[in-house]
Amino acid sequence: MTKELSNKVLAIKPSGIRKFFDLVSEMKDVISLGVGEPDFDTPWHIRDEGIYALEKGRTFYTSNSGLKSLRQEICNYIKKTQNVEYNPDNEVIVTVGGSEAIDIGIRALVNDGDEVIIPQPSYVSYEPCAILANAKPVIINLKAENEFRLKPEELLNAITDKTKILILPFPNNPTGSIMDRADLEAIAKIIIEKDIYVMSDEIYSELSYKEKHVSIASLAGMKERTILINGFSKAYAMTGWRLGYACAPKEIIKQMTKIHQFAIMCAPTTSQYAAVEALKNGDDDVAMMRQEYNQRRRFLLNAFKEMNIPCFEPFGAFYVFPCIKEFGMTSEEFATRFLQEEKVAAVPGTAFGDSGEGHLRISYAYSLENLKKAMERMKRFVERLREEKR
Amino acid sequence: MREELLAIIEKNSRIGLNELAVLLGVEEAAVLSELETLEKEGIICGYHTLIDWDKTSIEKVTGLIEVRVTPQRGQGFDSVAERIYNYPEVRATYLISGGYDLLVVLEEKSLRDISNFVTYKLSTLDGVLSTATHFVLKKYKYNGTILAKKQEDEREMFTP
Repeated sequence: MTKELSNKVLAIKPSGIRKFFDLVSEMKDVISLGVGEPDFDTPWHIRDEGIYALEKGRTFYTSNSGLKSLRQEICNYIKKTQNVEYNPDNEVIVTVGGSEAIDIGIRALVNDGDEVIIPQPSYVSYEPCAILANAKPVIINLKAENEFRLKPEELLNAITDKTKILILPFPNNPTGSIMDRADLEAIAKIIIEKDIYVMSDEIYSELSYKEKHVSIASLAGMKERTILINGFSKAYAMTGWRLGYACAPKEIIKQMTKIHQFAIMCAPTTSQYAAVEALKNGDDDVAMMRQEYNQRRRFLLNAFKEMNIPCFEPFGAFYVFPCIKEFGMTSEEFATRFLQEEKVAAVPGTAFGDSGEGHLRISYAYSLENLKKAMERMKRFVERLREEKR
Repeated sequence: MREELLAIIEKNSRIGLNELAVLLGVEEAAVLSELETLEKEGIICGYHTLIDWDKTSIEKVTGLIEVRVTPQRGQGFDSVAERIYNYPEVRATYLISGGYDLLVVLEEKSLRDISNFVTYKLSTLDGVLSTATHFVLKKYKYNGTILAKKQEDEREMFTP
């Protein structure tokens, strides 16, 4: 074929850490701190419910927006945790992971040239999704001194007449940063005043280690302009089941459902039956996993403190984001040398935006044993670097 | 802190004080005093090691024995239970609801040792009406630990 492919797609850079991971896969005995998914298996009772659905022959499509019983459980869950009421009939859609909800949510809202504000460092798919929808991504570079929270003045500076959506990715991947109620109230005030939408990606909401997660949708005047995105991957260790959801005003869900029904049809049925069980009887599992993540989080923070590597205390997700600026290398150089010399894979902060420069994303979705080994190697590496500099 | 502390040391009793303090986010002294309190209150009853004897050359046979007994006036099942659990070869004794009264877990070197125990010691005790002995053929999971297989990390590399 000689006809060229889509220019829009051709212009999208492949994810920045692809190259790095290719390097990892060539090496042996690497301790990885790079994966962004839980190390726990999906709790057995949830898996069992999936198996049971298969045994019962529940292998049909579900309705486009998802099983009614699942939508009902999702609404119960949001009501219980955030005291926000959504109507299961027309204000919820079950998607293939939170990532599909991000894609169709943006597509349902923007016209050509509309601006989508994306605070970074953050998950890598917001920017390409905005571009593919013919919107213009506007990046806010979050600052380490603010613990990578979004500040109202930063938001104000980014807003123009064309601004359509603010993406709000908290608890944050890769920084572990959270936004508490006061932080969100300051943001909500501006959002309402400037009349824009918020896409709140709350996929890590259950992994909050300070107080309970607060959704911006629960603040006065915000539900009507918010797409709340969540899912089962992180809370219930269900990444491979590919199941997420979005809650939003019915006018928005209606448009999202159109895209979803033509592109996807419906989310996987087996996963949906398993997810009903997760929401009904999974609270104890979440609490158990949260407790273990929290112990690992404390372990890592202590390890960095002992190594004298600055790292703000992150209260969400399962990442810490230490600062490695003192070594005078870029994040990528540091990560590559760390991998080659000590066989530990950690993702350079720049994979999540330019403002991640000088940082590493360390995932603690690994056993404590693994983390201990990795930190021993890190200590050795850091000491050697400091020796070299002297 | 108490519940979280117990959850950690139930899985790993060899963990050091300073590591416990880090994981729990408290001072070492606080961990130490809590451990002492838990021991004093009899909540922590021992620090044992989970051994899969099947992987060693040492022969061990485990028997589960259902025992029906006549309760004693004023004592219920306790006095018979005591006469049973005092034998060192008895690993565990439970009072059970349902078709029988006591479940006795016995660990011995051979089938014959278990059979001797049941025949000469257990069934001749006053108050013991009948016994039914089951032998363990394979231990899949013990004390919350799966013995059958070692799990590997099969997660694949993907772009976040």
